[in-house]
Amino acid sequence: MPGKTLYDKVWDAHVVHAEDADTVLLYIDRHLVHEVTSPQAFEGLQLAGRKPWRIDSMIAVADHNVPTTSRSEGIDDPVARLQIETLDKNCDHFEITEFKMSDLRQGIVHVIGPEQGATLPGMTVVCGDSHTSTHGAFGALAFGIGTSEVEHVMATQTLLQQKSKSLLISVDGETGPGVTAKDIVLAIIGEIGTAGGTGYTIEFGGDAIKALSMEGRMTVCNMSIEAGARAGMVGVDDTTINYIKGRPFAPTGEQWEAAVAAWRNLKSDDDAVHDKVVRLDAASIEPQVSWGTSPEMVTSVGGHVPNPDEIDNEAKSEGMKRALEYMDLQPNTPISDIKLDRVFIGSCTNSRIEDLRAAAEVIKDRQVADSVKQALIVPGSGLVKQQAESEGLDEIFTNAGFEWREPGCSMCLAMNADKLGEGERCASTSNRNFEGRQGKGGRTHLVSPAMAAAAAIAGHFVDVRNF
Amino acid sequence: MKAFTKLDGLAVPLMRNNIDTDAIIPKQFLKSIKRSGFGVNLFDEWRYLDPGFPGQDPNDRQPDPDFVLNEERFAGAQVLIAGDNFGCGSSREHAVWALDDYGIRCVIAPAYADIFYNNSFKSGLLPIAVDKDTVNKLAEECENTPGYKLSIDLASQTITTPSGDVINFDIDAFRKDCLLEGLDEIGLTLQKRNLIQDYEASRKQSAPWLFG
Ligand code: SF4
Repeated sequence: MPGKTLYDKVWDAHVVHAEDADTVLLYIDRHLVHEVTSPQAFEGLQLAGRKPWRIDSMIAVADHNVPTTSRSEGIDDPVARLQIETLDKNCDHFEITEFKMSDLRQGIVHVIGPEQGATLPGMTVVCGDSHTSTHGAFGALAFGIGTSEVEHVMATQTLLQQKSKSLLISVDGETGPGVTAKDIVLAIIGEIGTAGGTGYTIEFGGDAIKALSMEGRMTVCNMSIEAGARAGMVGVDDTTINYIKGRPFAPTGEQWEAAVAAWRNLKSDDDAVHDKVVRLDAASIEPQVSWGTSPEMVTSVGGHVPNPDEIDNEAKSEGMKRALEYMDLQPNTPISDIKLDRVFIGSCTNSRIEDLRAAAEVIKDRQVADSVKQALIVPGSGLVKQQAESEGLDEIFTNAGFEWREPGCSMCLAMNADKLGEGERCASTSNRNFEGRQGKGGRTHLVSPAMAAAAAIAGHFVDVRNF
Repeated sequence: MKAFTKLDGLAVPLMRNNIDTDAIIPKQFLKSIKRSGFGVNLFDEWRYLDPGFPGQDPNDRQPDPDFVLNEERFAGAQVLIAGDNFGCGSSREHAVWALDDYGIRCVIAPAYADIFYNNSFKSGLLPIAVDKDTVNKLAEECENTPGYKLSIDLASQTITTPSGDVINFDIDAFRKDCLLEGLDEIGLTLQKRNLIQDYEASRKQSAPWLFG
């Protein structure tokens, strides 16, 4: 019998019961909750007279709707306020741990889970949010669920699940200088497409992934969903274990020793067989910039906007034309000629301390270009913000003309006041460049934090490696 | 969940690939704490020329006459024929609620994003996956045939076209049963309460740090 993949191992350890050949009842260890996808689940629970099965498995935080201006100003938008108050009320009622808006630990749900040590290797982690895949960086099986499933997990601590196939994406060799985790994952999506991972759980492997910090691995796993996969995972190694050690929710003492011993096994066996394997050469990956309205529409910074007329697949060519029209871009335009109105550094993809350090390194002693209307930096959590301030990064940002904000999802999805105006063009470190994602008629280009920082200074895209 | 057994419904073609959940229901409408009322904002940015905000009177909106759902002949459509990778993007079940609230009971597309596919069943919305050529053919017939209705029978897993063509589709047995019966999944799972407790007891032994 062949060995087991990492995915097999975590899956097998959580099967409560096999319903039939395809469907199992899967146990859930960690349930993260936020304000947008939980109110209807809490309501359903209460209407049925049910209670959460395991309150200690839950951590709640408001992130999507929170303002990023000073917390003392409260929330202007009454609809958003009601949603956040509803989360507070539900958490108070059921005594669920919640990091409220005034708490230093508040932040984007996928930033705070790992930061608190609440995401551990080998766990099943769910949240009513597709970027739950982020937590797979810890060798956890982590995936987004809809609100009905949120209610199912609350009520039963389980989910009815069908196992997916396994896709190994191996990024072999070493990346060049100036090439980050974001560039790796954008290059992967450019290669396999936004439906390339549909029906699969991805395992990211290869030397270039192993060389990444936990922050970098989280960036990669975060965008598994943009490649169509519900979950992305990375095997456990010293990097994983060192990151977790000493965090508030991490085990201690004898339990720590026992946990580490068990976690060491959380990687695919050498003789494990994946249903599909994709290999990328790390050395060939350059800093990436998306040019269209789907994350697969991406190219390297030295490249050009592609020409749909040169594509023989008609549906694809039509899709590209539509995207270029929306993005107001001409075929064959050099990427470095694209000028920006706004720059956004933040989101669960790129708002951790390392991301801010990378941006600061580029920004130091420089100024945001006059043509750029707004350059925002939104840290992923209150603790990230505090850390950045202790390193003096906030001063580098504000001296350069960036706005330094309170934590939240912000302009990643523009549910709060941070959004693009009609036709505005943005360099963004977030994960989705869909039509209207950052505001109706807004145009998003996905890039790494260093590339976004350089674009803010130059006013257009530039290769951060020669900047 | 709501049951789905049979449907005889007017179809409407929306043949774009990668129709994402942001397009199906834009984020400004996710601030609602209810499950209903999303139908008026289904495909909001495509459907209307003016920007939409929550709580707006639909009579004040400016529908885009070029958007297919606004065409008179497709009023009351219950079957949406769509392009590949339908429902990609976020996990928001609001996308399913919006389709359902609008009156769509079934989507036919070559493939779906996993989370959307899963979510659909919870509201009794049937997502049918058939090959691209078949979807294209249905979309073309629908475009060219006034009053084009499809008959969908979940029990026999068939779609019947107005000209009598019968198309078979796949669906896994568990989901099919739940949908046919309109089962309460949570109630069903809670009948296995003992199994969950047994699992927890053994897991507390083997991995106590997970119960900290
Ligand atoms: S930062 Fe963006 S992608 Fe991440 S959870 Fe918030 S809205 Fe979703």
